[in-house]
Amino acid sequence: MGTFLQQLINGISLGSIYALIALGYTMVYGVLKLINFAHGDVFMVGAFMGYYLANGIGVRAAQGLGINPGSGGFGRLISNGLVGGGEPSLINALLIMLLAMLICALLGMLIERLAYRPVRKYSRLTALITAIGVSLLLENGGQWLFGADPKPFPQLIASRNIQLPGGAVITNQDLIVLIIAIILMVALQFVVYRTKTGKAMRAVSFNLQSAKLMGINTDLIISLTFALGSALAAAAGVLVAIRIPRIDPLMGILVGLKAFVAAVLGGIGNIPGAVLGGMLIGITETMIVGYGQYVGVSPTYRDAVAFVILILILIFRPTGLMGSVAQEKV
Amino acid sequence: MSRTARNLLLTVVVIALLYGVDYLFANGIGGFGISPFHRRIIMLSGIAITLAVSLNLIIGYTGQFSLGHAGFMAVGAYAGAYFTVNYGERLAQGLGGATVGWVIVLGLATLIGALAAAIAGLVVGVPSLRLKGDYLAIVTLGFAQIIVVLINNIDAVGGARGFSGIPIVKSFFWIYLVAVATIVIVHNITNSAFGRALISIREDELAAEAMGVNTTRYKVMAFVISSAMAGAAGVLFAHFDGYLNPKSFEFLKSVEILIMVILGGLGSIVGSILGAVALTILPEALRGLAEYRMIIYSLLLIILMIMRPQGLLGGLNPFKGWRARRQAKTRTEAEEITAEDTRGPISVDKEGTGTHR
Repeated sequence: MGTFLQQLINGISLGSIYALIALGYTMVYGVLKLINFAHGDVFMVGAFMGYYLANGIGVRAAQGLGINPGSGGFGRLISNGLVGGGEPSLINALLIMLLAMLICALLGMLIERLAYRPVRKYSRLTALITAIGVSLLLENGGQWLFGADPKPFPQLIASRNIQLPGGAVITNQDLIVLIIAIILMVALQFVVYRTKTGKAMRAVSFNLQSAKLMGINTDLIISLTFALGSALAAAAGVLVAIRIPRIDPLMGILVGLKAFVAAVLGGIGNIPGAVLGGMLIGITETMIVGYGQYVGVSPTYRDAVAFVILILILIFRPTGLMGSVAQEKV
Repeated sequence: MSRTARNLLLTVVVIALLYGVDYLFANGIGGFGISPFHRRIIMLSGIAITLAVSLNLIIGYTGQFSLGHAGFMAVGAYAGAYFTVNYGERLAQGLGGATVGWVIVLGLATLIGALAAAIAGLVVGVPSLRLKGDYLAIVTLGFAQIIVVLINNIDAVGGARGFSGIPIVKSFFWIYLVAVATIVIVHNITNSAFGRALISIREDELAAEAMGVNTTRYKVMAFVISSAMAGAAGVLFAHFDGYLNPKSFEFLKSVEILIMVILGGLGSIVGSILGAVALTILPEALRGLAEYRMIIYSLLLIILMIMRPQGLLGGLNPFKGWRARRQAKTRTEAEEITAEDTRGPISVDKEGTGTHR
């Protein structure tokens, strides 16, 4: 029982990360009907931004940019970062996460403006190929800029074990990741359902042309949707790096694909669905690793689980668990 | 000469030609051999052509977005390689010794690989092609991912270590026979009733269905044919280097084939061929820029989509020369005349609405 509880907690923790990324997929799909392949890579950029915010870009790189590391607060911040080898603290971790979110929100808006908006008038296939192009650009640009080898992520929060009733153990990192993820999801729910911008987003997602006729600045709303989604992905990036402190420029591919599957599983375009899908995939994956061997499934199959689920869901319930059937209009 | 006889003669000529070039390839021309480096590029181009043209059948002509072409290639490659590793030696001996025997065995392996990939295509296609929209892209992508994970876990084909010890048969003849066959088949399909059904699906699936096209059936058929071709290319690839690694069939390989098709132009066979050759030569030409190769590719892809989304040769068909265009022109003129004749001159009533008398 204790191990089961442990697996469940691990699964939920992993699932909350998938859920955060899946939200971005589902929101962009909702407004543009576009699978934003680059989303998983924005997640990667988020993790790297966290890395550089914590560590700085290094003294030599800073000097290369003409910044004197010795000259007061700013220079030291650029070259040594917020943590700079100092004591880990929750405040720093939160600050790093928020800044990474801000940077990635801008990145998301930039991607939308430069790559997706010019192809919006063409077919959806064109947009999809463009998204693959952006994804490849971020992956390979990342390898060039950040270096291809994995980097150790600095410890932002000192690890401590918390004993739970039933024999399970949860680390304080896992707990913080889970709490932050839940707060972000609730915040998103608030933005989408309780604010005017959110109402506009839902209108654009319902029908872009009508929304435009109602006086909604659809370009701005689409841009904001990308910003929100990318910010969530960046948060997920930093949170993943806190849990598993190894980051590399290709880390977003598989996680991104699985998160997309989570979005489809929950019903693409549906926000609570994305959270549910993410949790289900996270839990299933952990359970396969934990218990698969008893039914003859090797833990190495964990990366196939999400896709098997995807194919099953598309056969039996193509609209996803919480999606509604949309009649195709001619 | 009857049609069948002409086609038969053409086939014989093509095979003889390929065999001749194959011979020159292996033995050199009057003392001037082709360097192994160039030979390698020429053969890899042939495999790439098969992959790109077959993917074009699904994406360019049927309008279905598949992101798992490398997965079908992997199925074919491993099935074919498994066959030659386990039965090849004995069969080759039985079929008249080393060289000739191996050529026949490779042909058999290619058939087996194509068949295996076709079955995989059927299994993937039937459930996913019923759905509209982008789901096929995701399912094929997921399928390719599952294939790689499966291969990683099958010990009989080496698992994650890779499949080594595959007999190396660098056969120009088979590589280009498969490439030519792929080109001819795709060209003929697109000029047949089947092909017009596929194009109608691409243009408007709902309208095609309303016109009585069994869209799912046609999509699955195109998908299976294309998968089989990818499988055949996979077998040839397996026997080219004698080593297979599951890693080489991951998402990036599918994307590479996709870029070949898109660069050349959706729905253009010549475009796919040029794209395949270009993307095989480019990495060699850009050797000095190896670090930036993928960055250049991805930028190219984005810029191409913004400037010319149909690809460089998309919508153009150099096979259809002036003759076809002139025929089309005379046909429209003739239609206009008959239309006027049957309907008679137009009379305009008081309200100004024109009606035929």
